[in-house]
This record gives sequence, C-alpha cells and structure tokens, in this order.
Amino acid sequence: MAKVEAEVGKRPEGVLGGLIKWIDDRFPMTSTLEYHVTKYYAAKSFNWWYVFGVLAFVVLAIQLITGIFLTMNYKPSAEEAFASVEYIMRDVEWGWLIRYLHSTGASFFFIVVYLHMFRAMLYGSYKKPRELIWLIGMLIFFVLMAEAFAGYLLPWGQMSYWGAQVIISLFGAIPVVGDGIVEFIRGDYSISDITLNRFFALHVIALPLALIGLVFVHIVALHEVGSNNPDGIEIKKHKGPDGVPLDGVAFHPYHTSKDLVAILVFLMIFSAVVFFAPEMGGYFLEHANFEPANLRATPEHIAPVWYFTPFYAILRAVPDKLWGFILFGLSVVLPVFLPWLDRSRVKSIRYRGWMYKFALTVFVITFLTLGWLGVQPAEGVYVMMARFFTVLYFAFFLLMPYYTSIDKTKPVPERVVYHG
Amino acid sequence: MAKLRTITGIAGALLLLGVTQSFAAGGAHLEHADIEPGNIASLQRGARNFMNYCSGCHSAQYVRYSTIGRDLELSDEQLSENLMFNAEKTFETINVSMPAAAAERWFGVAPPDLSLIGRAKGADYIYSFLKGFYVQAESPTGVDNTVLAGTSMPHVLWELQGHQQAIFSEHTEGGITTKHFEGFEPLSEGLLDAEAYDEFVRDTVNFLVYIAEPIRSERRTLGVWVLMYLIFFWIIAVMLKKQIWKDVK
Repeated sequence: MAKVEAEVGKRPEGVLGGLIKWIDDRFPMTSTLEYHVTKYYAAKSFNWWYVFGVLAFVVLAIQLITGIFLTMNYKPSAEEAFASVEYIMRDVEWGWLIRYLHSTGASFFFIVVYLHMFRAMLYGSYKKPRELIWLIGMLIFFVLMAEAFAGYLLPWGQMSYWGAQVIISLFGAIPVVGDGIVEFIRGDYSISDITLNRFFALHVIALPLALIGLVFVHIVALHEVGSNNPDGIEIKKHKGPDGVPLDGVAFHPYHTSKDLVAILVFLMIFSAVVFFAPEMGGYFLEHANFEPANLRATPEHIAPVWYFTPFYAILRAVPDKLWGFILFGLSVVLPVFLPWLDRSRVKSIRYRGWMYKFALTVFVITFLTLGWLGVQPAEGVYVMMARFFTVLYFAFFLLMPYYTSIDKTKPVPERVVYHG
Repeated sequence: MAKLRTITGIAGALLLLGVTQSFAAGGAHLEHADIEPGNIASLQRGARNFMNYCSGCHSAQYVRYSTIGRDLELSDEQLSENLMFNAEKTFETINVSMPAAAAERWFGVAPPDLSLIGRAKGADYIYSFLKGFYVQAESPTGVDNTVLAGTSMPHVLWELQGHQQAIFSEHTEGGITTKHFEGFEPLSEGLLDAEAYDEFVRDTVNFLVYIAEPIRSERRTLGVWVLMYLIFFWIIAVMLKKQIWKDVK
C-alpha cells in the first residue's frame, strides 16, 4: 500500500514534471493540493447532509461571478438604479439570466446555509474540537445576512426601500445612541441616494471580501481538525500503517465525485426556479419590488425576504420596541453558543436520547413556523402564535444545557457505520 | 432515521404551503383573468388595445417597439403604421407625450408607468380593475373602482363597456357597518357586449403581462434544454461516482 501511494504521489516525467518541480521549489503547490484535496481524508460514511458545505461554495461562486457581470451594467444611484435593473433584464445580452441567477442565488444561499447549519446540529459538528469552525461559520452567516440585506436595497424597488426602512429603523430602539446609529447607517435623515451608494460599496466590495476571507479560514480550520461524520466519531483515532484513517477516503477523487452528483441535483432544482419560477410566488422576488421606490407611498404590507422572516417574527412578537429588538438580536446570535450549551457526551443524533431528538424536532417546526408567521400580518392569532413559538425558540437554546446533560445516550461504536 | 425523514417531510410540506399563496389583493375579490401568454393573436390585439386606449396617459418606458415586433411577429411597417403613434424608430421605448407634472396636477397623481404592472400586481388584479369601474356621483371622475377604491383613473373604456353600477349590501355588526360588494348591474350598453368586453380586457392584460417580462417564453424554452442537459450530465456523474467508489468497503 505504501509503495502504491509513493507511485501515485510521484511527479510526472518530462517538461510537465519539470515545471511542477520548478514551482514546488518556490511555492507549496503540490503539498497544499495534497493537504487540502488529494490527501485530505474524510469519513467514507458521509450521507447527503454532508453536501451542503460544497453547495454553499458553489452558490458563493455563482453569486461572485454573476455579481461581477451585474455590476458592469447596474447604476448605483437613486435616479437610475431601478431603470438599470430593467435595462439588464431587457436590453443586456443574457442580462435576464445573470440577474435571475443572482436573485435566485441569494435565496438558495440561505436554503443551503440553513441546511448546512442544521447538519451540524444533527451530528454535533460544532462540538469539541470543532468549536472554532462553528464560530467562524456563524460569522459567515452574519456577514451573509448583511450582504443579502445590502443587496436587497440595490434594485431600489418599493420593498427594497421600505424593507430597509423598517429594518434600519429598528436600531432606533436602542436607548440614547439609537437615533445616532440609524443616521450613521443611512448616512442621511432618511434612506436616500447616499444610503444606496454605501450599501452598494458594502455589497460589492467590503462584505464579499470578508465573506471570502472567512470561508477560507472556515476551510483551513476544518482541515486542521478533520470533518465530523454522521456517527460523530474521530476517524483519526484509527489509522492504517500508512497513516491514513481507516474509515476515511480522500476528498479527491472520492468525495469530489460524490459532491458532483449533489451539485448536479442542486443545479437542477436551482435551474427549475431560475427558468420556470424566478419570482417563486413572490418569495424570492417580491411583487411590490417591481414598483420603483416611492417615498410617498408605503406598501400596504411590508415583509422582509423569506430568509429573515423567522427572526422578524420574533421581533414583532414582543410588544415593547426595545425588548423586541433585543430578542431579535439574541435570536440571531444565540446559535453562536451551541458548542457550550450542548452538554451531551455524544455528538451524533444517532446516539442521543429522546430528549434532544424531541427538542430538535420542535425546533425545526418552530423555525419554519416563525418563518411563515414573519410574512403574515402582525395581528390577532398570528401574534399569539408568534409569541408561543418565540418562547419555544429560546427554550431550545436556553434549556439545552439541562436536557442534553440528563438525556440518556446510547453507546457510540468504535468505528463508523458504513453500508457500502 | 425515520424521525429525520418525518422532519424533512414536514419541512417540505410547510415550504410548499408557503409558496402557494401569492399576490396580496387588499381584500377585494379578484376575477381570474385566464390569459393565454402563448397566444400571439391575443397579444397583438392587446398591443393594439394598449396603444389606442392606454398609451395616451401611461408610458411603458422600458419596453421597445422592436422587442414587441420581434416577439409578436410584427414587421417594422406594421409597427410604425399601427402602434407607433409618437415614435420614429422601432428601437424607441413607449413614452408618453403628457408631461408628468401636468398629469399630476390634473389627476392628483401621475398615471403610473405600465412596463412592470403585470409583475407588480398580477393579471387577475388588472383584469378585475379594468372591469371594476362603477358609477359614483361624488367622485370627480364620476366613477369608482371595486378593486382600487378612490382611484383617480377615469373609466377610459366606458364607451366599450357602457356604464354599470355596483350593488353593495350592508352588514352591521357591533355598531360597525361594512359594505359588501355583491355584483354589478349594467346601466347603459357599450359598443361591446359583456363577453366581447371581457375578451378585450383579457387581451390587454395578456399584453401587459407580456411586456412586464418579454423574455418569459424564451426562458421557459431554454429551461427545458438546461434541465435535459443537467439530467444527462447527472447520469454520467452517478456512473462516475459508482466507478470511483466501487472499491470502498
């Protein structure tokens, strides 16, 4: 086996081999490639929950590339922004496709990232020694929220304008400095051309830079400790004589070939939306956003885009403005503490007791229901429901130290469960 | 694992439930427009209706005549003879001669651009709106609308439809009286009978929905090819994955 590895790792002969050697003497090309790709070993027992990291990477690439082309034709000015988007949709060659890829990509970014985070909750991927990966991941999530929020203002439609108006004014609930913060964010006394320009700068330069940097660090941290798996077992504990984990297979070609299948399934779903339902019933592109921003006419129903609605529902569930804002902020930030809130001895849901399984099921229902409530009018029974589910949302996190420590766990096997 | 499937099942069901609900109509009951986006003849009639009855006040500033010509199978001559009343070149967009400031003074609000009305409001809304004018003596225009109460738009199509009155029933509950729309009753006959007027409005709405996204039919056609390609590629990827993983025990 060791001999075969040596053969595989050998440089090709001739000019190409010479070139590779020339580079390797000056830059860690081959060693980096091996460390992160061809000799990065991850459990062979990955199930399909493990594809969402790669898919998030794919969506990031889609957003960056389509974003560059959109920037070539978009005009970041209150006078021209709306018209320039329609110019892209109608007059720029393939502009409509680029724009739909980008707008659909925004929603799919959140779908994929939410599922990626849910995977971590299923298999305890945030637990020791992967706390830092989780923390960096949460930072990515925050930057992504800011990126999406800034991006949504750019088309300068009614919902762009009024959605931003509502969300930014939330900061006004903070005592003493609130109004100052709101003014600082807007750069003006109301949302204006100035706000649009700075959001454009944040959306196309500052936040994407931060995003790329954080994604890089996220992956470096992951490759340092190694990927978790559906059993929550450290595969590095059992290595062969060649130092390769017995239950691991190389990222390339094994996981890459598997990920390719997932990427294609993803692209099918993604394309189905792009080509057949780019508005997604008003959830990916809100109907009111096809009207240009009008400072004098408030839309009768202002709802943020779907990916913010679970947190928005929590905000509206609280009758007090300041406390609403605090709970809203907490609901976004609380998952950061999962590695320390979760006291279970085991990582994976496969070996946890009924309590965590029950709590997680309730949490999923809670999160989805809050998301649904966030697009309903804040009145009558909806408010009562939002309050009920807000309590459940916080209970999941705040009671976690308790129920995870008394939950009866099952014995964890030594080696990963793999059925071929 | 069974529980996990239940979770994902519930999630999927909830998502579907959410996606099925669409345009908010402000409580008014909307009639189903039942347009045929693929019907070129209907779109051509809609273009004629729009240019004759709407474009006097409403622009469609993002829409080029040449795009209409290409998609509705109209030659440059047909365009300039039948549709282009205030434009010289086919690449021009549908602009309105009425100055916006004056329009605002006359109507209280400038007539909105209609390039995207089909996407902002939806076919059913426009269809019901154009059929929803009824005589209202107190209104400055002499009419009101069941879909958009207090609209400043006059009943431009009254000659075609004739005038109608709206029948409301009043319900008093807990001291609060609410008016409930029951139906229309014709007051005078128009040039078109009820059925022909519906067709007229339907064609117009069809055209408005078309100009809101002229690329719509092309993207759907392309989408089929893209999906076919992805399915083909996916089959190859599955085979490749099986081949690479065959030794992993």
